[in-house]
Amino acid sequence: MDIKILGSGCKKCITLQDHARKGAAELGLEPSLEAIHDPVAIAGYGVMRTPALVIDGQVVVSGRVPTADEVRSLLSKASKD
Amino acid sequence: MQKACEPLHVSDVAPAIRWLRTSRTGHVSLLAGLVAAWLVLYRINESLWDAVLFGWLGLSPEERLSEALRFFLYDSIKIALLLSGIIFLVTVLRSYLSVERTRALLAGRREGIGNVLAGLLGVVTPFCSCSAVPAFIGFLAAGIPLGVTMSFLIASPMVNEVAIGLLFSLFGWRITLIYISSGLAIAILAGWVLGRLRLERWVESFVYETKLHGQAVDFSRGLSFEQRLQMGAEEVASILRQIWPYLLVGIGVGALIHGWVPTNFFATYAGPSNPFGVLVAVGIGVPLYSNAAGVMPMVQALYEKGLPMGTVLAFMMSVVALSVPELILLRRVLQPPLLAVFFSVTGLGIVLIGYLFNALLA
Repeated sequence: MDIKILGSGCKKCITLQDHARKGAAELGLEPSLEAIHDPVAIAGYGVMRTPALVIDGQVVVSGRVPTADEVRSLLSKASKD
Repeated sequence: MQKACEPLHVSDVAPAIRWLRTSRTGHVSLLAGLVAAWLVLYRINESLWDAVLFGWLGLSPEERLSEALRFFLYDSIKIALLLSGIIFLVTVLRSYLSVERTRALLAGRREGIGNVLAGLLGVVTPFCSCSAVPAFIGFLAAGIPLGVTMSFLIASPMVNEVAIGLLFSLFGWRITLIYISSGLAIAILAGWVLGRLRLERWVESFVYETKLHGQAVDFSRGLSFEQRLQMGAEEVASILRQIWPYLLVGIGVGALIHGWVPTNFFATYAGPSNPFGVLVAVGIGVPLYSNAAGVMPMVQALYEKGLPMGTVLAFMMSVVALSVPELILLRRVLQPPLLAVFFSVTGLGIVLIGYLFNALLA
């Protein structure tokens, strides 16, 4: 599994990154986790509002910080596909 | 062991906290409690500080230092309360809108009507300057004209919804309407002028080559009302955490002006008859970097000491809409000539608005 956090590096993005890391650990997943700060790359995902969470190339959340529970269920859903 | 005096233990209140955090009735009670606390605090704020400073501590209200201190304490609480209330409401309301929907509305519009729509949407769309570059690329890649995109990017910080709320609470609806309409006029006209000038060649070429991966997903749909309320609460916490230093500096400067600058000082030296008043205000405002909330206490104090409203508005807009960090951010997508035109057109618009309102309101 491949997780990308899109954002300018602000507090919100760091929170989102923590949620993703914790959620993956709880589910026993070992994803590659990458933070993307480059605004041009962010635009390439069609994202116009940060932070955003991308799982396996798919934007699943953008413009807000989802709760830890929500991130975990998104991860578990993606791992079953 | 004195059992009777044992303090309330965390485990005793934990079930209550859990109930507040998880159940629906808990959420409703929490919200109702917070609203009540907000109203009470806002109501007693002024008399509270009068009682504490001049009653309990025995300071003299005639003393400049104690009057400045009172202004600082009273204004800090007042602005913090107003900000929390306004940000919460605005975030919840705006969670129904999104940049994606705005872009869809603007796609295929011609210039002119497109500029007007972009300016209006710029005011209401949830947007922060950290997303300016991805949004800029996203708009142009969707075929929205450069001038229309610029109208959006100018209106968005200039007519700030938090500033609208604060101005309304502090100065009333007339000044608020003047602020909204003049900010919109600048955004619409500046965007239109930039579009007429055919400056597309000064946009970094990769912008037009950016391919969007698939369909942009609009996440503003399908959120529960509780999720929206939660977003509101988080936004309040995150913005206050981010801006409190600016806020305290702004209120501190406001308190100094309030305590030490003589009444009508600005009316004498920088009144409507002084032709350089607005220019100087914008000249000071551009290098200052703050947001609408941080600059508001200063605005209030300057106006109180006789600085004319047009000059005050021009100062506020130049602080909020034009800044060095924004310049650096936009440099990623705009080449220097276009950046210079963007800054001069917007700056010129602000100066004109300042003179116009000084003449109209005098």
